[in-house]
Amino acid sequence: MIKVNTEDYPWHSGMTVRNLLDEKLFTFRHIIVRINGKYVPEEDYEHFTIRDGDDVIVLHLIAGG
Amino acid sequence: MGTILKEYKYTPAKIVHGYSGKSLYINLSDLRIEEKVVTEFMKEKFTGGKGFDLWYLWNAVTPETRWNSPENEIVMSVGPLGGITQYSGTGKTLVASISPLTDIPIDSNAGGYFGPLLKFSGWDAFEIQGKAEKDIIIFIDGNNGLIEIKEAEEYPEDSHVLAEQLTREYAEDEDDMVNVSVVSSGSAAKHSLMGLLNFSFYDPRRKTVRFKQAARGGLGTILRDKKIKALVVKYKGITPNLNNAADLATINKVGVKYHKQMHDLDSKQNKMRQIGTANTVMIMSQYDLLPTRNFQTGGDPEVVKIAPEVFINEWLTQGLHDGCWYGCTMACAKCADHFLLTSGPYAGERVTVDGPEYECVAGLGANLGIFDPQAILEENFYCDTYGIDLISYATTVAFIMECYEREQIGPDHTGGLELRFGNASASLELMHQMSRGEGFGKLAGLGIRKLKKIFVEEFGADADLLEDIGMEVKGLEYAEYAHKESLAQQGGFALATKGPQHDEAWLIFMDMVNKQIPTFEDKANALYYFPMFRTWFGLVGLCKLPWNDIVPSDNYKTSEPAKVPEHVQNYVDIFNAVTGEDIDKDDLILQSERVYQFQRVFSVRMGKGERKDDYPPYRSLGPVSAEEYLSRKELYDKQLRDFQGLDPEKMSLDEKIAKLRAYREDQYEQLMDAVYRRRGWTMNGIPTPERLKEIGMDLPMLLEVVEPKQ
Repeated sequence: MIKVNTEDYPWHSGMTVRNLLDEKLFTFRHIIVRINGKYVPEEDYEHFTIRDGDDVIVLHLIAGG
Repeated sequence: MGTILKEYKYTPAKIVHGYSGKSLYINLSDLRIEEKVVTEFMKEKFTGGKGFDLWYLWNAVTPETRWNSPENEIVMSVGPLGGITQYSGTGKTLVASISPLTDIPIDSNAGGYFGPLLKFSGWDAFEIQGKAEKDIIIFIDGNNGLIEIKEAEEYPEDSHVLAEQLTREYAEDEDDMVNVSVVSSGSAAKHSLMGLLNFSFYDPRRKTVRFKQAARGGLGTILRDKKIKALVVKYKGITPNLNNAADLATINKVGVKYHKQMHDLDSKQNKMRQIGTANTVMIMSQYDLLPTRNFQTGGDPEVVKIAPEVFINEWLTQGLHDGCWYGCTMACAKCADHFLLTSGPYAGERVTVDGPEYECVAGLGANLGIFDPQAILEENFYCDTYGIDLISYATTVAFIMECYEREQIGPDHTGGLELRFGNASASLELMHQMSRGEGFGKLAGLGIRKLKKIFVEEFGADADLLEDIGMEVKGLEYAEYAHKESLAQQGGFALATKGPQHDEAWLIFMDMVNKQIPTFEDKANALYYFPMFRTWFGLVGLCKLPWNDIVPSDNYKTSEPAKVPEHVQNYVDIFNAVTGEDIDKDDLILQSERVYQFQRVFSVRMGKGERKDDYPPYRSLGPVSAEEYLSRKELYDKQLRDFQGLDPEKMSLDEKIAKLRAYREDQYEQLMDAVYRRRGWTMNGIPTPERLKEIGMDLPMLLEVVEPKQ
């Protein structure tokens, strides 16, 4: 299990940031990802592996509309 | 064409640091034209734009004034930063009046050239009071210092015809047409309560008149009630420093930095230059936020048919600069050229359709169950030229369609129109009826609040159901975002001063997706900061979109990325550079709060603006019907377990809906309490004298309203 934006989310072996974004349908372009407080650049999403127990923050950067 | 009824000559005031120092007053009942001085008091307390509008409006009306009272005014102002050409989104005109839908002050804004040209003609603000006897046009010639009021019975009503004719009439030649701007409404405005104002600008590349809309709250209805067919301003000679800024170098520097971001980042971020605000349609659907079939659900598989790529590839002209004021590199005012109309009085003609904006695709498309881009563009065109606020129209028709499908109304009531979700031709016919003032279309133009009463009292509809599904607060229809799962946005809409428009706060991602504001206090802080911050755009004459529809590439490194701190500092720097003032980002919020609290007290003065007026329909808070519950069953069952300690497996569907409703309604009450505390209001929603004093707004006229209600 991992945390995604403070809520429990099932983890699976080999889960990358990209896998997580796809599973959550996080398709918005203005997002940033922090894992255990550390920023993950967009170019690393495909291969950055999330570990069981990680605290993942996916911030959608708009207060617009 | 048209007899001149009145002429007035004036000496255009020189603009100093963003202000001309003069405002224009016209009374149509006695054809009186006067000049007023913009005082230091006004600048200090109200800054400009919407602030000036509300100040003048307060002084013009009484608590008994209604939208069609002669003393009601249409007031417009562009703000001290309006008209600068070095930054994006600087051509906004702010308009205020007492709304026919809400009976309280409405404010709405539009791009287009009118506001800046009005200011450069010497006027910081423009008040129109009284009513003309016959249809008239008001013309302001800013170069020659001349104002004319002339008869206009023979001019057409619909905006795309009228504005084109007036632009050609008042321009000396083709090159001069960019110097003319027209404010008009359309044939439906006088038959409905949701009339809008079109603000024109001439597009020399397309050789046609284009429009932006101040759409909300029935301003066009008031324009036509005053028998104004159009306002026309002409000013030739736009140069980079007509505002006589205190520090032009800083404005240039900030502007260059911003334009580089736009150039480098827009294609990677929101693609505003390709599709405009409609870029978010698919995203809204994917995040369950696209209002579908009267806000019942937040998306639909068919939305791919109206996705941004469809409009980009098949309908919208690409590669042209589509700014609605000089210097805007965001240039998001997209349009469909040579669009062939298939219905109504202009069937067979090819026209330029301004849009579609996000609200258009979401409202006239998904929320009506219409997933046909051609039908959406045709609805878009007719809403604009007939002068109908497409948000109020779409949300009203979505309500009507649901009433029809739930057999609360039927063909006997609609004159045979099959107003079911997805029926685009029925929606268009309704619109045409509205323009003619006929049939069920005329009734629809009254808006949801009045329709609920008619459907219940005259058609025998279920009052409780209609209260739950009629998406209006204070009499104004909701803007087009599904928001059941964001408590903060429920407040963002229902606690908005003028009614549920998202220009005060759009907190759905922060709240529902990011989980950044989990507590009531967090949400209340957001519902303090963002409405105050966003109010500021309306005070100074700026468009909100350049603030956060593009953000610096390192914005994520900041402590509060949702606020886009670099762009906030840009605004502080530009304000100081134009006006010569020395404000900081906290002063910016103070400027806003003065006007925000003033508007709330104004609403209280007019008989609304208390807790009872801040309640949303239940569909805003949660699932009304079994289908809605089942569409998010897993989520709702989980909430019953996690938040209420209930076992959904042992409950009937009706029990689950009822329990969830009780919980969510209680959550909303707690949110109201927290927001009221944060905004310095009593638990009945009345600004306190103490808070007014803290922000320097303990004016006797305001205290007289709030003190008896403490």
